[in-house]
Amino acid sequence: MRVAAPSGTSSQLQVRSRSAWGDQLFKWLTLLMALLVFVLIILIGYELANGSRLGFAKFGWRFLTSSNWDPVNEQFGALPFIFGTLVSSGIALVIAVPLAIATAIYLTEIAPQWLRQTLTLFIELLSAVPSVILGLWGIFVMVPWLREHLFPSLGDVLGFTPLFRGPIYGVSLLAGGMIIALMILPIITSISREILRSVPGSQREAAYALGATRWEVTRIAVLAYAKRGLFGAVILGLGRALGETMAVTMVIGNRPEIAASLFAPGYTLASVIANEFTEATTDIYLSALFEIGLVLLGVTLVFNALAQLLLKTFSGSALKQV
Amino acid sequence: MLINGAGATFPLPIYSKWFHEYSAVDPSVQFNYQPIGSGGGQKQIIAQTVDFGATDGPMSDENLSKAPGRILHIPTVAGAVVITYNLPGNPKLKLDGPTISDIFMGKITKWNDKRLIALNPGTKLPSMDLVVVHRSDGSGTSYIFTDYLSSVSPEWEKRVGRNTSVKWPSGLGAKGNEGVTGQIKQLPGTIGYVELAYARQNRLPFADIRNSSGNFVTASIDSVIESLAGAKIPDDFRFSMVNLAGEKAYPISGATWLLVYEQQKDATKGKKLVEFLNWALTKGEVMAAALDYAPLPEGLRKRALDKANSIKF
Repeated sequence: MRVAAPSGTSSQLQVRSRSAWGDQLFKWLTLLMALLVFVLIILIGYELANGSRLGFAKFGWRFLTSSNWDPVNEQFGALPFIFGTLVSSGIALVIAVPLAIATAIYLTEIAPQWLRQTLTLFIELLSAVPSVILGLWGIFVMVPWLREHLFPSLGDVLGFTPLFRGPIYGVSLLAGGMIIALMILPIITSISREILRSVPGSQREAAYALGATRWEVTRIAVLAYAKRGLFGAVILGLGRALGETMAVTMVIGNRPEIAASLFAPGYTLASVIANEFTEATTDIYLSALFEIGLVLLGVTLVFNALAQLLLKTFSGSALKQV
Repeated sequence: MLINGAGATFPLPIYSKWFHEYSAVDPSVQFNYQPIGSGGGQKQIIAQTVDFGATDGPMSDENLSKAPGRILHIPTVAGAVVITYNLPGNPKLKLDGPTISDIFMGKITKWNDKRLIALNPGTKLPSMDLVVVHRSDGSGTSYIFTDYLSSVSPEWEKRVGRNTSVKWPSGLGAKGNEGVTGQIKQLPGTIGYVELAYARQNRLPFADIRNSSGNFVTASIDSVIESLAGAKIPDDFRFSMVNLAGEKAYPISGATWLLVYEQQKDATKGKKLVEFLNWALTKGEVMAAALDYAPLPEGLRKRALDKANSIKF
C-alpha cells in the first residue's frame, strides 16, 4: 500500500515555500512603495531648494523677515504671506474645530439612528465641492453678505479691539479664514466621527456604571480616550488649510500687507504662487516664488512635527487617566 | 505637422481664431498654442521648447541675450486698457494721467475729491470712499497700464515702475480681468482697469482719458489705431504705445508680439511658420476688429510683413 503521508507532506512543503516566496515579494514591493513616497517628498524638497538658490544668495534670512514684495525693483520678502497663511489657517481652525468635533459627537453619541446616515452624507457632499466653486460662491454670495451684514455688526460689537476695526471691503483675512473653515470642516468631522466610533463601548459603560451623566460620559470616557485621534484629525485639517489656494485667493483681497484688523485684505503663500508664477519674467522673481513654495513646505512640516511632539505628551497623559 | 507656441493670454481669442481659420487654408499644419502668460512665453522660446512665443511686453535686453540665437519681435494686434468703476447712476467720467496715477497710488481716497470734481464739472460725484482694484496675477494688461502710469507720472515711475506684476501702493487684488470686474461690480465706489474687449463685452462703464494732445478720448479700436498711426517704431519693433501723440489717440494702448528666431532650426517648420505669418499679417488682420482688437495700421503692417519674410530657414 502506498503511504500517503510523505507525498502529502512534501506537497505541503512545496506549497509553503511557494507562499513564502510570494510573501517576500509582497514585502519588498510594499517597502518599495513606501520608500517611493519618501523619495518623492525628498525630490520635491530638493527641486524647491534648487530653484530657490538665487533667492537664498540674494536675500538670505531677510526673505523671511521683510515685508517688501516688489517685482519691479526685485526685492522680495515673504513675511506678509507667512502672516496671511498662519492667520487665515488659524481662523479656520478656530471656526471649524469646535463645529466639527461637536458634529462628530452628535453623530456618534446623540443623533437617532435614522438621522446619522443622512447627515453624514451631507457632510461628505460638502467635501466633494471643488475649491473653485466654493471660491465663486464666496465672491458672489458670502463676501457681499459679510460686507453688508456680518462685518458691520462685528465692528459695532467688537470694534473696541484692533481686530475688528477699519474699512470693510468684504474681501479680507476673515473671509479667507471662513472659506477655509468650510473646506476643512468635512475632513475633520468625518475623521473625528471615525475616531469617536472606534472608542470601545466598554469605556462608556464603565463611566455610566460610575454614575456619570450623558455629557460626563462623553467627556470622560469618549473624548479623553479619543484625544489623540482627534488631535490627529485637527492636524490633517490644518494641513489642508495651509495649502488651500483657489478659493482663498478669490476672497482674501490679495494685498501683501500685515494689518492688525481681520477686516483688512491679506495674502497667503499658496495664493501668491498661483497668481504670479506664470508671469514671472525674471530669474530672481521665479526664484523668490520657489522660495515661497519652500517656505510653505517648511511651515507644513513644522506644524506636523509640532503635532507629533504634542501627541507624545498627550498620549502620556491619556494613559495616566486610565 | 505640429507647430507649438506659448505665451500671452491677452491675444488668445484672436490667435485661436487665426489658427482655426488657417487650418482650412493649409490643412497640412496644425498649431498648438498654450496661454501660459507672457513670462512663460519668453522663457520657453529662450529654452527652445516651443517654435514661437507670444508676449504682451517686449523682451528685455537681458532676456534676449540669454537666447541661443537672434529673436525677432513681430507685432500682431493692439488693444486698449480702460478704467472702469462702480458709481451710482453710472456717470460717464473724464480722467487724466496724473489723476489716475494719484488714484492708484492711494492719494485720492474719496470720490468727491476736488481733482475729480475739476475734471468732471457737470457730474455729481458722491462722497463715497474710493477703493482701488488691481490685478493680483501678473498680466500684460497690468504691463500696459503701469507703462502708461510710468510715462505720465515720474513719481509712479520711481516708486512703482512698469512690469506685469508690481508692488501696488494701495487697493485690493483680484485674479484676472474677470476677477477685477467681479470685484468692481460688487463693491460700490471701486475703480480698476480691464481690457477694452472685456469691458465692451460685459457692458462696463469706462472713463474717457485725456491724451497728450489735451483731448478726452473714448477707448475704441479707432482711437487705438490712431495712437499707433503717428508712432515712431524702431526696427526691432520693441516699442511702447502709451501716451503717444495724436489728436484722437487713446493713450492707454498696447501691442502684442510673436517671438520667433531669425534663423529657424527646422527648415520645413520655418517655411510653414513664415507662410502663416504672411497670412496672419494680411488676411488675419481683417478678423481683429470683430474680436475687439485693433489691427496694425498699414505702414506698421507692411514693416512687420517684411520682418516676417526676413526669417531664414
